Amino acid sequence: MVNKIMSWFDERLPITATIERHLTKYPAPINMNIWYLAGVLLVVVLVIQLISGIWLLMNYEPTAEGAFASIQYIMRDVEYGWMIRYMHTTGSSAFFALIYLHMFRGMMYGSYQKPRELLWVVGWFTFFLLCALGFTGYVLPWGQMSFWAAQVIMSLFGSIPFIGEDLLIWIRGDYLISGITLNRLFALHVVLLPLALIAVIFVHILALHEVGSNNPDGVDVKKFKDEDGVPLDTKPFFPYDIMHDLYAIGVFLIFFCFIMFFYPDGGGYLIEYVNYEPADNLKTPDHIVPSWYYTPYYAMLRAITFPIFGLSAKFLGFVVMAAGIAIFVALPWLDRSPVKSIRYKGIFSKFFLSLFVVSFFVLGYLGSVPPNPVRTLFAQIFTFTYFAYFLLMPIYSKYEKCKPVPDRVTLS
Amino acid sequence: MRYLALIFLMFSANFIAESSAPCGSYVGDDLEHVGICDIAVVDPTDKASLQRGAQLYMNYCLGCHSLKYSRYKRMAEDLEIPLELFKENLIFGEQKIGDLITIGMDPKEAKEWFGNTPPDLTLEVGLRGPDWIYTYLKSFYLDESRPLGANNMVYENVGMPNVLFNMQGEQRSVCKQVPSKAPNGGLKQDPLTGKIITVEKCGFLEVVEGTGEVSKEQFDTNMNDLTNFMAYMTNPTKTEREMIGFYVIMYLIIFTILAFLLYREFKKDLH
Repeated sequence: MVNKIMSWFDERLPITATIERHLTKYPAPINMNIWYLAGVLLVVVLVIQLISGIWLLMNYEPTAEGAFASIQYIMRDVEYGWMIRYMHTTGSSAFFALIYLHMFRGMMYGSYQKPRELLWVVGWFTFFLLCALGFTGYVLPWGQMSFWAAQVIMSLFGSIPFIGEDLLIWIRGDYLISGITLNRLFALHVVLLPLALIAVIFVHILALHEVGSNNPDGVDVKKFKDEDGVPLDTKPFFPYDIMHDLYAIGVFLIFFCFIMFFYPDGGGYLIEYVNYEPADNLKTPDHIVPSWYYTPYYAMLRAITFPIFGLSAKFLGFVVMAAGIAIFVALPWLDRSPVKSIRYKGIFSKFFLSLFVVSFFVLGYLGSVPPNPVRTLFAQIFTFTYFAYFLLMPIYSKYEKCKPVPDRVTLS
Repeated sequence: MRYLALIFLMFSANFIAESSAPCGSYVGDDLEHVGICDIAVVDPTDKASLQRGAQLYMNYCLGCHSLKYSRYKRMAEDLEIPLELFKENLIFGEQKIGDLITIGMDPKEAKEWFGNTPPDLTLEVGLRGPDWIYTYLKSFYLDESRPLGANNMVYENVGMPNVLFNMQGEQRSVCKQVPSKAPNGGLKQDPLTGKIITVEKCGFLEVVEGTGEVSKEQFDTNMNDLTNFMAYMTNPTKTEREMIGFYVIMYLIIFTILAFLLYREFKKDLH
């Protein structure tokens, strides 16, 4: 009976085939390690954000006059409104923490290399959309930091030569940041960007299941197959990987809930203290900082303090910042190494990847504190080393001496 | 190499150094540190303290500072004050128990009177932190040069008059002889007499004895209660949040243990 119903459906919709392709027969390498958890956790956080976002939307008022008060209405008068909001604020930070880990995993194990170039590029688009979502969402509470962060970031467009001023007014919809700006950012944050994000993540997973997962050794698991054509060093995603992920999700949620219920402000990093004050366009905060997840790029923006060829320092900073975010896309074509995983790459790859990590953290710190001449100098140095990882890669990855790669995966 | 290390040290000192004095030019009771806030005891479960704080707020602050994101009823319930008692004693004017705690003062006129519209204080502890609020409340002193006769050590040239004057008494900024420090960290002594050398330092706060309605200790306690109440105002759900959080995490721990056992069982298939 059940079989009959299933086959009726299968003739009209590929249900069984889809389940087999993406779950029960999707081959996951057996040597995947803890770094491979970020992906599934990102999906969990996506669901958290979508659900909490919908509930916030039911009570939020997207006007310059009412936005700030409506957040406090959610926090005080809406049943469990505080929980919904803290879920969303903690979720946004978790999203970035995880996507950074996820990207770093890809960089370590060469997951962007052939045949996964497109997978990597699509993945970068999710990162880009997330940056846009984070920014637009950050403006919505209409606190002081929301307002001034919007002011700083949007004014960057005004620094573009020739068209800047007009472009800026067009983007803002007004001569200064106003309720009109808030409304359009709101529309982007709740409709366009989430739709685009879901679509891009769908394509990302589709692409992943086409080329298959990479693994810490960076070897092709499809090379050796058993009689049934199943790769030897893999296990079916369902139920084996799912069980593993379920356990990881539990551990993750314990951390997540600990922050959400006990330290929702995150010491001023998850919800900035300045944002407890409503937006006031006549009063600039002493020290404007973006959320922690943008601070490395904010430091790059501020690192450029000198004009070149008549281009303003602000515009150049904007270009460097945008390049810092965009350059990940080029990774598949910058890496000339014959091996994928950092385990078998040479000393230079290891050095530059470590340098990249150090640069990222130092820039992150520098972006969160007020600038002074010494800090600016450091920001310049580490912006340089950040880019060195990428731009020197064609050279060091090609000429360094790599270790021999095993035929099959290794298990530690 | 040694020079490199030295340069690095010099740079790193500058790199991390943060020259901020969160509490302005306030000098604590140790007569030493400038700009360090006194620490307020914030305890949302201490209902008696919150009730005293609420009473102080309603009597001393609400004239100018609204709590417009919060409602009377919610506050009465959270602070365990009987509604009838609350209505009689803590709601002034025509307002109803379900209303937001707003005030009748016109913001434009207030700006003319004080130079700035007195801010709403529902979220002030979130903005500045409880220690800042507590220290600020204690730091008003007599200053004839100011239009309203009062200044504040934590917030210099603040527009707010010293509404706590009667309770605290006449507080003045005074100078004192304090022992001077030797470069080795000890106290400087006169090489002949062995006496400790002192220098004059100013900016200490001292209440003229007998001018206040309450003692210094009582005043500090009152201000702590007030701060505690304001901290509650910023985070009215803190107690409930942490209680729910505890149960959620307990549940998740059990879930995770079961998930782990399941995972281990499935893992046996693979070897």
